[in-house]
Amino acid sequence: MSAPQHQAHPSHAEKYGHQDGFDVHHHDHTADHGTLKSYTIGFVLAVILTAIPFWLVMANVIEKSSTAGLVLLGLAVVQIVVHMIYFLHMNSKSEGGWTILALIFTIMVVVIMLAGSLWVMYHLNHNMMPGMSQDLIQEAVPGSMHNMPGMK
Amino acid sequence: MSEISNSSAATMGATPSSRYYVREHHPENGTLLGFWMYLMSDCLIFACLFATYAVLGRNYAGGPTGAELFDLPLVAINTSLLLLSSITYGFAMLEMQKKKVRTTLIWLAVTGLLGAGFIYLELYEFIHLIHEGAGPQRSGFLTSFFALVATHGLHVSFGIVWLITLMFQVNKHGLTPENGRRLMCLSMFWHFLDVVWIGVFTFVYLMGVLP
Amino acid sequence: MPDHIDMTKLIFGRLSWEAIPFHEPILLITFIGVLIGGVAVLGGITYFRLWGTLWRDWITSIDHKKIGIMYVILGIVMLLRGFADALMMRAQQALSFGDSAGFLPPHHYDQVFTAHGVIMIFFVAMPLVTGLMNYVVPLQIGARDVAFPFLNNFSFWMTTFGAGLVMASLFVGEFARTGWLAYPPLSGILGSPDVGVDYYIWSLQIAGVGTLLSGINLIATIVKMRAPGMNMMKMPVFTWTALCTNVLIVAAFPILTAVLGMLSLDRMFGTNFFTNDLGGNAMMYVNLIWIWGHPEVYILILPAFGIFSEIVSTFSGKRLFGYTSMVYATVVITILSYLVWLHHFFTMGSGASVNSFFGITTMIISIPTGAKIFNWLFTMYRGRIRFEVPMLWTIGFMITFVIGGMTGVMLAVPPADFVLHNSLFLIAHFHNVIIGGVVFGMFAGINFWFPKAFGYKLDDFWGRCSFWFWCIGFWVAFTPLYVLGFMGVTRRMSHFEDPSLQIWFQIAAFGALLIAAGIGSFIIQLVVSYLRRDQLRDTTGDPWGARTLEWSTSSPPPDYNFAFTPRVHDNDAWADMKANGYTRPQDGFVPIHMPKNTGAGFIIAALSAVIGFGLIWQMWLLAGAGFVALMAAIITHTFNYKRDYYIPADDVVRVEADRTRLLDSHV
Repeated sequence: MSAPQHQAHPSHAEKYGHQDGFDVHHHDHTADHGTLKSYTIGFVLAVILTAIPFWLVMANVIEKSSTAGLVLLGLAVVQIVVHMIYFLHMNSKSEGGWTILALIFTIMVVVIMLAGSLWVMYHLNHNMMPGMSQDLIQEAVPGSMHNMPGMK
Repeated sequence: MSEISNSSAATMGATPSSRYYVREHHPENGTLLGFWMYLMSDCLIFACLFATYAVLGRNYAGGPTGAELFDLPLVAINTSLLLLSSITYGFAMLEMQKKKVRTTLIWLAVTGLLGAGFIYLELYEFIHLIHEGAGPQRSGFLTSFFALVATHGLHVSFGIVWLITLMFQVNKHGLTPENGRRLMCLSMFWHFLDVVWIGVFTFVYLMGVLP
Repeated sequence: MPDHIDMTKLIFGRLSWEAIPFHEPILLITFIGVLIGGVAVLGGITYFRLWGTLWRDWITSIDHKKIGIMYVILGIVMLLRGFADALMMRAQQALSFGDSAGFLPPHHYDQVFTAHGVIMIFFVAMPLVTGLMNYVVPLQIGARDVAFPFLNNFSFWMTTFGAGLVMASLFVGEFARTGWLAYPPLSGILGSPDVGVDYYIWSLQIAGVGTLLSGINLIATIVKMRAPGMNMMKMPVFTWTALCTNVLIVAAFPILTAVLGMLSLDRMFGTNFFTNDLGGNAMMYVNLIWIWGHPEVYILILPAFGIFSEIVSTFSGKRLFGYTSMVYATVVITILSYLVWLHHFFTMGSGASVNSFFGITTMIISIPTGAKIFNWLFTMYRGRIRFEVPMLWTIGFMITFVIGGMTGVMLAVPPADFVLHNSLFLIAHFHNVIIGGVVFGMFAGINFWFPKAFGYKLDDFWGRCSFWFWCIGFWVAFTPLYVLGFMGVTRRMSHFEDPSLQIWFQIAAFGALLIAAGIGSFIIQLVVSYLRRDQLRDTTGDPWGARTLEWSTSSPPPDYNFAFTPRVHDNDAWADMKANGYTRPQDGFVPIHMPKNTGAGFIIAALSAVIGFGLIWQMWLLAGAGFVALMAAIITHTFNYKRDYYIPADDVVRVEADRTRLLDSHV
């Protein structure tokens, strides 16, 4: 089987005249392209995961806004995962695992940046911006800290 | 200093040295990985804007709040348009796999139109807000709101320009491997923008109207 | 005539004749000098009819080797400008005591120290690092070019035009007066209504795009284009550090882009990101910019670590000690670099709990670097050490950088930092690590790889002169600053009242002159080496008896790097080949697939600079037209599908035969 493939190789490259590295053998093509079924499943899931949060907020379903916030964020995370799997065809095999490694590293940096900034800015605002509206403090502080002395 | 020596053609052949080279080598194409890396970097730009919104998002400066300003039904329509455009792009990719130029182009056009609808509604929302005195200069909240949402909108706009350009190129050259790669990159870009929008509608709009 | 006035505003924005500094003698003299020098260079190119070659072989080149060389040239040229700023600062601070005001009023002094920082970090250190990575990495992994050769060319020109904008600020308008990180509210529209901060923002935004794309390029190259058999743990250490550096670039530079973008929105449209009122928060800028800023310094130092690894193993005649731990240390540093950023603003007021956390992480991050130092020392132990010039730089680095690192650990203690923050102690610390680490690393790398790039070694004597002037000069220039910092002297001051401090500044100024001699020696080294190139010729391609694949090629390598892609079996692939009797193949050559040169990168970058200039001066017509032209140029470029060609087999045969002749005649 290998001999005919080798002979085909140079002519294929010449015919298309395209850049080196075009993968004729489809070994390492970035995962699969998806099927009608997978796109449909992803779409339906995404619709559901969009409708629920809109309904929750517009119909004022959950009393406590901090709980509501957490639920909304949770649903968003799930929907992002759905998008990643069904639309972006994310898997641990694509590009030899580099795609998912890059994603994990990026998520790590994003989390550090968001959590770190919130933590740092909360403390900076608390210490250095007296008279700032209490709204900011209530937003950024997790529930448990409301019991600390001096805090509303 | 070094020990390079030459071997004449006569003593060549399958020498031990051929252990150390290959006659023909085609390195794998890096376009899709490279574009994914670019998307990761774009992720960080958005993360920066989200972080800024998280910190400044309640600084109303005595001005209007999210609860007063946000038109959730409009946002719901916008979200639907973008989500639909994601699935229509998916259909375009399925047609591409089947090597059908015409139907690929049709689904791409539909995607572009849905995207244009999204941008139109977003601009409409912005103009309305500015008319109400709730422009980006009004407060830290509005500044960070406009920055985040408009950056997303700009990305979608550039995506539409790219989509139109690609349609011309597919029409001209057909579904060549090169165009296939380009369509896959745009696909990643388009879905990525939808992922970012999930963050926007959740964190900015929905949580923004919560007290 | 309201219409006429509107047109002028539309075309010229706030640009007027007043922007040109006719009243500043220093700038006028500089301008005349630049004019004469520029005319000489342009005239020379014209006289020798080199424009065609320049365009075809260099400006439009997508060859990573040429681009690498151009990056290094850019870095060296900008080093001269940045160092001129340094000399002016040292002179001003040595002179300006009591009644004497020195020669630089604060308005100018502030621009000088801002430009010094911006240029040294963004237009000297980054280009030098990027240039060396660009040149060496594809050769080290057995590839023929980088993954995206066009992007590579484009990245270079974006960086260069960014530098061009900074240089333009000398003669048209002014530069920022905010320090190299331009904190608001000083850098906001109220604190700095003039064009200076806009020059800062747009030159960095343009250069930043170049750097980001370069990062993506090198990651894809290292991941996808390694020679068969070179799995990750068989890569040379320099390639590993290059990989981690570029990961840091991709994960950090977008933050800079976003933050500078937000600052420009505040300035241009009156938004409230970092304003004092209406809900802005200037501290958020400091927070975000240092989330970029700390990884940035690791972007600068990691390649230097890689260079030292290659040099230590080569000149000790031994495989590097502890390859695995070197790799892990590099990866750990990459990840930890995201957990320390607050140590740059302990004093901004985040409080004890936050400060303690970051103080501890800062101390932890010094550990992997320490592991590297031990590995280098263990490599040298029982090696047969040759004290060639690259090795001198390396040993200078080991001593200088370690001391600088130790002062860093001192600063990592928050209470100590409350005394030392923004003092001259801090200045001495970061110059200690950047000069001792990055600059020494770049000179080591340039001396090491110069023969590979140009076919002849650099002159040994002048190399030693340069090293000793730099090393001694650094210590003479910066030890007084440590002393002054401890005594409480603040940074960025252009005038002092206490005469007892003056002697320290005078010593520091003398140190700066020694460094100037070091730079002068380096320039002389380049000239003398060129003149003596036949005596210094490298005929074998491996003048140092080195260990990695780039040394298996001729000096300089052919356009295609390798006639046949190497197959790798072990670390230090070239050392492995030499030890096992490798002989160069001399026939069976095939046509080689190569990318074509293109002018598109240059043009798109030039248009970006035009837009930048337009935005700086609020010349909206220029900016708008520039943007339209930019989109047109980009889209036109994407319609070009014919970007490659084949080098015919006969050409390869000829080039390889030439090399065979050269090798045979020098056995």
